[in-house]
Amino acid sequence: MIDPIALFLLLLSASTPILFAALGELVVERAGVLNLGVEGMMIVGALSGFATAYYSGNAFLGFAVAALAGALVALPFAILTQFLMSNQVASGLALTLFGLGLAALFGKPVEGVKAPSMAAGPLGLNWIVWLGLAMVPAIWWFLNRSRTGLILRGVGENHDAAHALGYDVRRVRIAAIAFGGAMAGIGGAFISVATVLQWTEGMTAGAGWIALAIVVFSNWTAVGVLAGAWLFGGVTVLQLRLQAAGVRVPVQLLSMAPYLATIIVLVAISARQKFSRRAGGAAPGSLGQDFHALR
Amino acid sequence: MTDAAVFQARGIGKSYPGVRANDDVSFTVAPGEIHALLGENGAGKSTLVKMIYGLVRPDEGDMVLNGQPHQPADPRAARAAGVAMVFQHFSLFDALTVAENIALGMENPPPRRELSARIAQVSQDFGLPLNPARRVVTLSAGERQRVEIIRCLLQNPRLLIMDEPTSVLTPQEAELLFATLRKLAGHGTAILYISHKLEEIRTHCDRATILRHGRVVDSCDPREHSARTLAAMMVGGEMRPIDRSGRQAGEVLLQVKGLSLPAPTAEGTALKSVALTLRAGEILGIGGVAGNGQDELLAALSGETRSAPGSILLEGADMSRLGPEARRTAGLLAAPEDRLGHAAVPDFSLTDNTLLTAGARKQLVRKGLIDRSAARAFAEAVIRAFDVRTPGPGTAAKALSGGNLQKFVIGREVMQAPRVLVVNQPTWGVDAGAAAAVRQSLLDLAGQGAGVIVISQDLDEILELSDRFCALNEGRLSAPVPTDGLTLDQIGLMLGGAHGMEVAHL
Repeated sequence: MIDPIALFLLLLSASTPILFAALGELVVERAGVLNLGVEGMMIVGALSGFATAYYSGNAFLGFAVAALAGALVALPFAILTQFLMSNQVASGLALTLFGLGLAALFGKPVEGVKAPSMAAGPLGLNWIVWLGLAMVPAIWWFLNRSRTGLILRGVGENHDAAHALGYDVRRVRIAAIAFGGAMAGIGGAFISVATVLQWTEGMTAGAGWIALAIVVFSNWTAVGVLAGAWLFGGVTVLQLRLQAAGVRVPVQLLSMAPYLATIIVLVAISARQKFSRRAGGAAPGSLGQDFHALR
Repeated sequence: MTDAAVFQARGIGKSYPGVRANDDVSFTVAPGEIHALLGENGAGKSTLVKMIYGLVRPDEGDMVLNGQPHQPADPRAARAAGVAMVFQHFSLFDALTVAENIALGMENPPPRRELSARIAQVSQDFGLPLNPARRVVTLSAGERQRVEIIRCLLQNPRLLIMDEPTSVLTPQEAELLFATLRKLAGHGTAILYISHKLEEIRTHCDRATILRHGRVVDSCDPREHSARTLAAMMVGGEMRPIDRSGRQAGEVLLQVKGLSLPAPTAEGTALKSVALTLRAGEILGIGGVAGNGQDELLAALSGETRSAPGSILLEGADMSRLGPEARRTAGLLAAPEDRLGHAAVPDFSLTDNTLLTAGARKQLVRKGLIDRSAARAFAEAVIRAFDVRTPGPGTAAKALSGGNLQKFVIGREVMQAPRVLVVNQPTWGVDAGAAAAVRQSLLDLAGQGAGVIVISQDLDEILELSDRFCALNEGRLSAPVPTDGLTLDQIGLMLGGAHGMEVAHL
């Protein structure tokens, strides 16, 4: 039998990388920017966090450096899209490819070594898991209750109107992109430093793409992101348990399950949301559009 | 009231590459005055107010507000100095609530509950009912404008700028807006009012400064002049009167019955058993506030949307299942509202744009190949006949000014000698001279025996052009009434009244 409480604790861990990445992307998209480079920022975070933790022996320092590295690697994307008016989709894809290649190149020296152990928090869960859970209400509060969050939503909803009212659209967006990078970096580092305890090339395995899907799935809300991350994490944990229990289903099919479940839910929700803009909360009005101040 | 000016501009000048937007502009606005800025499109009105609101910096000259030099670095500085502005295209955030929209327009908004209370207070004082918790996307155009106005009022502005505020309102809503402005002026606020609707300026404004080609050409009391003299000052010459003669209704050309279509998008409007009859030589005007099914009706008539068999008949032939190209060949042509992107491809040359609708009817395409010289000749003919100011048919559509492109897209259809022409907002955002040319061409087309449907939000235009009038309200078309003797008030009631607005009683 599978203990439901143990399973839930495992689920919390399994969903943490995606929760961080998706919360970051949520803020980016609410500011009106579509950054498809989440996977790239995650893998850069995974490597820089792991290497820092390995050489310094301090896992928490690893997470701090991963956040910094994620934000730094997102900066070229910010410059390309906000100052040079590059296409956001193409620039985001380039950021993913750039991050994957960069991490593969600099990851060679730390292949095959083991990460230092971390002190566990309450319930035997990693402190970073708790941090991720705390980020959900924090980001909800920031977006819906704070003045800065209101400006950020305004910029994402109608950048021309925000500009006309005197807000600096570019500055808001660059800050959001950097924040998204930092969150993706922490998410990536959680995989290498806290879960696998090793560095392997391409170890984020599409988690960044799932995070992007979950932002849509969430209807651009923090609570929705948590639900999406738990769905993905839950199916992941469940299929691992089923594999361990020796269920007579091909392993490949089981490994596919979390991705498949995400896609199915996403399609179902999108079909329903198509007509729900009046109800509110759907995609930000200026999402993915270039902003050019016409003077 | 004192004689000291609230706002004064002295010798303001602003140049853009190739354009002198403002040149030596000086004027003064007194407290409690509703001051009109009058001018054609491109006369420099918008640039001027953007400088007052801090969106653009003047190249030369200086401004004085309340006796202090006024040089706002950005709109926040302008707001802090006491300037508020209601934009022509609403600067609202659809997905946010009324309260959030208002908070974004304020420097230091109070906490949410207090803000909601103040919104309720101001909306009561000025008779502009609004629920602060509603999302803007669910509001009508008139209600959206109330959000903008209340956003301005909460800051107790000394100078309120309004950029063509009545273009989206019914006549009743416009009357209420003026009642509000009057009350505000009574408290000593100066109002700078931009419009090219001459009648409303004549009835409501105390003073008018007239701009032409970026310069102040005249300043007068608009109540002492006729609309005709004001128009002459604006365009710098006499306007040619519209000639409505030489038309009589003939046989039935277009018959629409039981036309019902579901809303194409969440923000769209469903058409509900629309019926109309159009005769040869007749112009049918269809009025309504934006978003009541105008775009959907045009799409159904042009063939972009197909409808149930038998719902659209052109000279007895069923058009309802045919696409736009087949309908054009049969003689049913249309010109949509959005000239850049819908009526014309922005990056295509004018020649290529003529091919898009005139290809089949004018035989510009033979055996699947484009007849370039014929297409160019047709484009040149349109340019000549409609006085489109452009270097030539090779110019990209987006390089033309709004008025010139509008003359071109209307001319392109008119020159194909349609049996029935449907136009939506034919003179929207077009200056008075070009608008008169477009309107005359529609009258001439009807005079030659074609049927014309004019869908427009400009009621003066409908009264000027059409023989019969129908109102479009939430996708339903009213029965037609003859326009002879019809007043704006009666039309306003047909359009669904003032959407619950009321004048405040203070």
